[in-house]
Amino acid sequence: MIETVYKRMKDLPSAHLLGTGTPMCTGCGGLEALHEIYDVLGPKSVFINAAGCMTLLSVYPFTPFRGSWLYAAMASAPAGAQGVRDALDILREQRRMAAGEDLEVVVLTGDGAAYGMGLSATSGAIERNLDFLYLCYDNEGYGNTGQQYSGATPHAARTATSRGSGGYRGHKKDLFAIWTAHRPAYVATGIGSEPLDLARKVERAKRLKGPRLIIVLAPCPTGWDYDPRDSVEIGRLAVKTGVWPLKEYTDGEVVHTKRPHPRAPVEAYLQRQGRFAHLFAPERNEALLADIQNAVDAYWAAVPEEA
Amino acid sequence: MRRELLTGNGAAAWGARLARVDYVPAFPITPQTEILETLAAWIDTGTMAGRTVTLESEHSMITAAGAAAATGVRVFTATSSQGLLYGMEMVYTVAGWRAPFVLINVSRGLSAPITLEPDHNDVLATRDSGFLQIHCSTCQEVLDTVLLAYRVGEDERVRLPVIVNLDGFYLSFTREPVEVPDPARVDGFLGSFDAEDTRFRASAPASQAVAVLGGSPYSYFRYQTHLASLNALAVYDEAAAEFAGVFGRTHAAVEAYRCADAEMAFVLIGSFATKAIDAVDRLREAGIPIGLVRPRLLRPFPAASLQRLLAGKRGVAIIDQNLSVGMGGVLSTELTSALYGKADAPPILASFIGGLGGRDIRPEEFYEIARVLRTAIATGVSPGPRLLYTGEELREVRKLQAIAHVERSAVETER
Repeated sequence: MIETVYKRMKDLPSAHLLGTGTPMCTGCGGLEALHEIYDVLGPKSVFINAAGCMTLLSVYPFTPFRGSWLYAAMASAPAGAQGVRDALDILREQRRMAAGEDLEVVVLTGDGAAYGMGLSATSGAIERNLDFLYLCYDNEGYGNTGQQYSGATPHAARTATSRGSGGYRGHKKDLFAIWTAHRPAYVATGIGSEPLDLARKVERAKRLKGPRLIIVLAPCPTGWDYDPRDSVEIGRLAVKTGVWPLKEYTDGEVVHTKRPHPRAPVEAYLQRQGRFAHLFAPERNEALLADIQNAVDAYWAAVPEEA
Repeated sequence: MRRELLTGNGAAAWGARLARVDYVPAFPITPQTEILETLAAWIDTGTMAGRTVTLESEHSMITAAGAAAATGVRVFTATSSQGLLYGMEMVYTVAGWRAPFVLINVSRGLSAPITLEPDHNDVLATRDSGFLQIHCSTCQEVLDTVLLAYRVGEDERVRLPVIVNLDGFYLSFTREPVEVPDPARVDGFLGSFDAEDTRFRASAPASQAVAVLGGSPYSYFRYQTHLASLNALAVYDEAAAEFAGVFGRTHAAVEAYRCADAEMAFVLIGSFATKAIDAVDRLREAGIPIGLVRPRLLRPFPAASLQRLLAGKRGVAIIDQNLSVGMGGVLSTELTSALYGKADAPPILASFIGGLGGRDIRPEEFYEIARVLRTAIATGVSPGPRLLYTGEELREVRKLQAIAHVERSAVETER
C-alpha cells in the first residue's frame, strides 16, 4: 500500500474548510464528497467550474470556498484550467509571482459536462499533459435541470426524459476507461460514503503532477428519488453491490481499492431508489433486473485477483 | 523603426510581438493561421518570450484566453469566421469577466454555403458581446491597431477585451510596406499589463465570474460593462492622439477622406475603403462632390463623430459587406439610428449590400452607387436597400446551375 497519512477514520481532518449554507439539496452526495475532498486539498486552489448543480455554490457575493473560483462554461472548464495554469506558470517563470502564491488548479464539473459536452476539452487537456485535478460529481443525469438522462445515466433508470416502463434504454458510459485510455498521471473513482478511500486518493493525486482525474458517484435524493437521510447508506450499497467499483489508475495499471466481498445483490441498491421502482412494481421486471446483475457480475469476473 | 513588406497576418503577429504578449492560446483556421504560426515560430526559436498552446477548439481557445487574462497575464489570440462563431458562447462570457486581451479576427464569410473568402458577417455577430471592435483597412493599421487595442482595453476606465478585424485575403494575404516601430518606443507607449485585482493568488483568494440571482445584480453588471465600453470612446481618442505623437501615424476612431467640403459620402468599414478612396478621387475629378467616412471603431459605436462628420451632407451611401438576413446591412441600420432626429442629419440614406464571400466591389459599382445617391438627392426619396450584383455574374451562376443539372441528369441516366 502507498504511504498515507490517512490510515484510519480518526486520521481524517476534523476541521472542515468548505463553508456551510450552500443552496445544494439536503443529502447531496456530491457536496458530501466535495467537503471531504476540500479538507484534504486545502484552500491554495482555484476551482474552474462548468455549468451544473455546483455552479450555485458561488452566488454573488457569497462563496463557501476559502480559495479561488472561476465559473467558465459547460463545455470548457478544462480549457479554463489550461489558461489559469499557463498564466500562473508564466508569472512564476518571469518572477512576477512568488512560489508561495501558486495554486492547485481544479476543474469541478457534473457528469453532464464530464461525460458529454466537456469531453473534448478534457481529452485535449489530458493530451497536452496539463497539470490539473479534475473532479466530477456524477449523479447520473442532468440534475440541475431536473434529472434528464445524460451519458452517465445507468441502464433502466427512470429520468425526466426516460419515464417509460423500461426506463433509460442506453448504458452508462465508462468514463474511467475513456480517461485512462489517454494515459494521464492519475485516475480514480470515489464516493463520499467511503471517506477514507476518497481522502487517500485525493492525497495521492495531490502528490502527483500532470492530469489527475477523479469521478465520485454522487447519490442524489432529488434525482434518484429517495429520502435525503439515506444518501450515505445508498452510497455504501453502491460499493457493496459492486455497482460502483472503487479503483485507481497509475502508470498504465488499474488497481481496485476496495473489493466488495461478498458482493450484495444489486437489488439491495436498486430498491432503495424511486428511479428504479418500476423494476419492482407493479410486478418485478426479472429480465431487466437480471441484465443489471449480469453486467455487474461480468465486470467483476473480468477483474483479476490482486495480490 | 524599419519598413518591411508584411501581409496583414504578419503585421498582426508583429503587433503581438511588440506588445510583448505573455500567452497565445491558438487554434488554426483559414485565413488566420499564418498569425499563430508566425508567433509559434518566434516563441519556439526564442526570438520572442511568451508561451503558446494549441487548444482543441476555438471555444476552448477563447476560454483559455479569458482565463489567463483573468489570472493576470497579457494575452493574444486570433481566429476567423466559423471559429469565431464556434467560440461565440465564450466571446460573450469572457467580455463579462472584464479581463482585457486582444483577439484578431480575420474576416471570412459564414456557412452556408461554406467559403474561405471574406465578408463581415462573422465579426458583426460579436457586435453585442461587450468586446470592443476595431476595423482595419491596411496592413500598417493592423500592426498599429493591435498596440492601440491593448492600450485601450487595459485602461482602468475600460477593462474589456478587444477584437481587431482585418479582411481575409484582401489584407491577410496581401503584402504592403509596413513600418515596424522600435520596441523601446512601443514599451513607452504601452507599458506592461497591470492586472489590478483581477487575478488569482494564494494570498488573495478571489471568486470571478460567479452566478447572480435575480435581475438587479445581473443588470448592474451588464450596465457596468456597457458604461465601460462607452468610456472607451474618450480613452481611444486619448490613446490615438498619443500614438500619433509617438509614432507619427494618426488612426482616428472615424477616418474621413475629402469629407469636409463634400455634399455626399460613402460610408463603409474595412479594406474596401482603399477602393472607395480611389472612387472618391475619380468622382471628384468628374466634379462630383463626394467623400468617404470610415468608422474604425465599431464598438463602442462612435455615434457623435459620425453625426459631426455627416452633418449637412445631402446624402449618404452606406456600403455593407455583410447581410443581416431579413433586414439588410448592419452598418446601415446602426448609422441610421445614430443620425435619426439629429439636426443637419443627411436627408437621404441609401443602403447597398456588396462584397459578400470575397466578391469584389468594382470601380463602376462605386460610380453607380454615387449615381443612385445623386438621383435620390434630386428626387428627395431614399431608395430601398440594393443588393450589388451584375447581369454578368447572374449569367455565370446560371451557367454553373446548368452544369449542375447536366451532371445530375447524367448520373441519373447511368442508374
